[in-house]
Amino acid sequence: MGELAADKHVKYIISVEKKKDSFESVVMEHLRMNGAYWGLTTLDLLGKLDAIDKEEVISWVMQCQHESGGFSSNIGHDPHILYTLSAVQVLALFDKLDVLNIDKVSNYICGLQNEDGSFSGDMWGEVDTRFSYIAVCCLSILHRLEKIDVDKAVNYIASCKNLDGGFGCTPGGESHAGQIFCCVGALAITGALHHVDKDLLGWWLCERQVKSGGLNGRPEKLPDVCYSWWVLSSLIMIDRVHWISKEKLVKFILDCQDLENGGISDRPDDAVDVFHTYFGIAGLSLLEYPELKAVDPAYALPVDVVNRIFFGK
Amino acid sequence: MHGRPRKPSKPEDEAASAAKAQKLRALQSQFLHNHQNNIYTKESVELSAKLLEINPESYTAWNYRKLAVEHHLSLTHFDSNPESFNSIFQQELTVAENAMRQNFKSYGAWYHRKWVLIKGHSSINHELRLLDKFQKADSRNFHAWNYRRFVAPLMNRSDEDELKYTEDMICNNFSNYSAWHNRSVLLSDLLKKKADGFLLKEKVLPEFEFVHQALFTDPDDQSGWFYHLWLLDQTVKVDSPLLVSSWPSHGYDLMLLGDSYPSSAFTSFHSDSGTFPLVLYFNQAVEGVNLSTVSVDCELNTIKDLIWKPLSANNSRTAQVWVTQLNFIDVEPNTYPVEVSIGHSQGIISSSGFHYNHSRFAFRVCVQPVEKVPAKRLGGDVMLWSDEKFHIYDAHSQESSPVISLDQLSIQNNHETTASEWRAKAIAKEIDHFRELLSLINCKIGKLTLARLLMAHDNKICPSNKTHFKEVLGLYSDLMKLDPSHVQYYKDKQSLVLLQQVTSSKESLLKHCFHYRNLTSSHIINPVCLRLNNLSLSRVGSFDKLLWVQMLDLSHNELQSIEGLEAMQLLSCLNLSNNALCSFTALEPLRSLKSLQVLNISHNEIGAHSIDTTRYLCSSPLSHSAGSEWNPGEIINADTDVKSYWEAYYILKDLNLTQLDIVGNTISDEKFKSFLIMVLHALKWLDGERLH
Repeated sequence: MGELAADKHVKYIISVEKKKDSFESVVMEHLRMNGAYWGLTTLDLLGKLDAIDKEEVISWVMQCQHESGGFSSNIGHDPHILYTLSAVQVLALFDKLDVLNIDKVSNYICGLQNEDGSFSGDMWGEVDTRFSYIAVCCLSILHRLEKIDVDKAVNYIASCKNLDGGFGCTPGGESHAGQIFCCVGALAITGALHHVDKDLLGWWLCERQVKSGGLNGRPEKLPDVCYSWWVLSSLIMIDRVHWISKEKLVKFILDCQDLENGGISDRPDDAVDVFHTYFGIAGLSLLEYPELKAVDPAYALPVDVVNRIFFGK
Repeated sequence: MHGRPRKPSKPEDEAASAAKAQKLRALQSQFLHNHQNNIYTKESVELSAKLLEINPESYTAWNYRKLAVEHHLSLTHFDSNPESFNSIFQQELTVAENAMRQNFKSYGAWYHRKWVLIKGHSSINHELRLLDKFQKADSRNFHAWNYRRFVAPLMNRSDEDELKYTEDMICNNFSNYSAWHNRSVLLSDLLKKKADGFLLKEKVLPEFEFVHQALFTDPDDQSGWFYHLWLLDQTVKVDSPLLVSSWPSHGYDLMLLGDSYPSSAFTSFHSDSGTFPLVLYFNQAVEGVNLSTVSVDCELNTIKDLIWKPLSANNSRTAQVWVTQLNFIDVEPNTYPVEVSIGHSQGIISSSGFHYNHSRFAFRVCVQPVEKVPAKRLGGDVMLWSDEKFHIYDAHSQESSPVISLDQLSIQNNHETTASEWRAKAIAKEIDHFRELLSLINCKIGKLTLARLLMAHDNKICPSNKTHFKEVLGLYSDLMKLDPSHVQYYKDKQSLVLLQQVTSSKESLLKHCFHYRNLTSSHIINPVCLRLNNLSLSRVGSFDKLLWVQMLDLSHNELQSIEGLEAMQLLSCLNLSNNALCSFTALEPLRSLKSLQVLNISHNEIGAHSIDTTRYLCSSPLSHSAGSEWNPGEIINADTDVKSYWEAYYILKDLNLTQLDIVGNTISDEKFKSFLIMVLHALKWLDGERLH
């Protein structure tokens, strides 16, 4: 088993930002704000956030804010709750939440809550528990959770609980590890984890570990490094992470590294990207891999950043 | 990039990629220009379609098309030109379908289609055909299944039709978790509605047969595992919540003692304050335990206006265990009968909405005359947990035994046990099936299911019959070898079974009951100490049988968690030393233990881990839990870093500990100890040293 090629990954993250001409990076323009969050959080976990020109990033982030208060994925695109959370998380990483008009951002998010407690992603009305998590997480970081109807938000998430203990996008939707992270995360942040059947969900989640040590996102699917985050963080929030083999998972993630050019892929020998690099590094952090900063399983930010927000500097 | 092979980029590839990128970039900027300037001409709308065909994830382009649709609709009168309405919508459905072909996991494309349908355009028959195509191509596509759940009611397809569809899908290939999932959703809806032919009994039994086909064909395929567990749960579970135990329990004679009374009885409870807790333990979490749903009748008028508290962390208003304090302060020495009536008015409800049926129990409180002798109480002397201080409890030489109360604990509803004969039969049949499976093939799901079935049989179905503890413990040991990745899961389950075994009979429980004798203070109360040390426990349970315990020794186990310990409201001395507890947040259950005075958490792993697995199971500002606002102002001083000890601060600040052992944890240095002394005002002993 190899070791973590930390320096290579730092180089890779920085190079992605510069490689704006490839087809991949143009095709990814619609989620550049997410990309910024993934890349910068990875750098922070690796202790290299200072390799980035902070002012430049913040100025770009703020250019993505719209009159509505929401943020878009990139300049010129439409605002959406998905990118609003990433923007807030990026500012939190840099300890720059003070550049925000907090009321404006939080009003945008509050405006997306529906009568049944669910959240729409934007003005076009797509509903998904992913958006519930984003709303709750974002408002909590901004200390404005009281602005929404938390009870209703929680009840909507509870209504998406399945008979296998997991959660889906909407009531009746199949359990999926990414969706479970969103729902468990939102319940954790709102002090409502009593809605989770920890033993039942814990068994479902720990059975996501396949022979190679990697985790899949649903039964009978292939393992993928991104589930090192979705499954692992959920298991940690419900205190059942000891039910999987951490050693095997560490090995699987390390096997997905591109040792030559840096970056981490979904499975060994596949093409790397920022998304999987982030989930690989964050997964290793959750596994207490040495010399990585600890990451918070609910807010998906480094623990020191989260503690700074809630317990002061 | 999912599933794309990693290959070194060749110069010609890069050139091709750059050319493609340039084309896309041009398209994208033209599109953004149109969008920003609200241009909805035919050409510009077509351009957005082109963009979406290359990149269906370009969400702004979907938004633009919706704006374009609304723009064009606003220019058209439906009555005069229904055709053009249709063609506008039809156009959108085509673009969405093309995008879905390009990427069938595109959220934007599926939602766009849904949006058109919500707008009132229905080409419903086409939707089902399309779904069939997508669900055949990828029978696990959850977007397609979600869309199906949206479309089916629009088409007035009945739940029964959809149930049949899942059956067809499963018969086609049983390894389809999505279909099993949808089946569980549909079936539980039908059962809830009690639709014709959908009563639990008649429906669950054939489902067992159905899922056996999947499980027995390929026991390693997980598709049927969770469905089977759900069926088992349906078979075992009784809808209405039940009270499984209480403290004091029915028929209990409680001796309430003042300051300095010598006693060693199980039934006595020492209370300086003259109050004691009344604990109700249900079989599932309930809400609505309050003055109007529970009445406590006693001739004393001190027992009025009781405040019931749910024992759960965070913001929950539901809990499996509820507690209130009964007040016998300044009461004439006498014996007082107390009657508790639960659920006499409706309002105690389970999380699935079922009401508690009325029940009652009674106990007596014998208040002893109080001698105001200067107190030399527990805590005045250091409590030592060493073996020589403990003597096995001799049931014959003592007056009464706690275990009497064990038999009194179960407040069973008899009509339930007779009504559930079919349940017992179903479980027995399943046990036979799985024994047969295991005789043919040694498989993990077979062993695990058998272990669960046997425990269900022992606990719920035939509580008085012969028990299977030994067999179940053996099955979990086998599983640890068979499936080493999940060894801790089986270990946790095994620990719970072991504790059920220990608490299952008077004989087995008495083996763990000891007297604590401190020679220097022989006249002090010596309650019975339950010693569950050195049992390799990784988890604790069976608290419903242990509500009477005042001293508990759980040392030298492998505990990472004490989940559920909050039910033991009488605990005054607790030994958790030499376990694997990783953080203060793992001690959250202790916050509810108002009687706790002596705590030993030495030789654990507190402070040794960067990731805290109970960070969100503990009330704190991170989880916006009521009453945990961050306001440590009162103890902040220049030398202490309260922020870095916030976990310890929350857990300990409201406890009245007189003795604490913390040595042997990473966190425990001089700085931390001085912080403890500041937070714990009543502390007299720290790590065996007397504080001044």
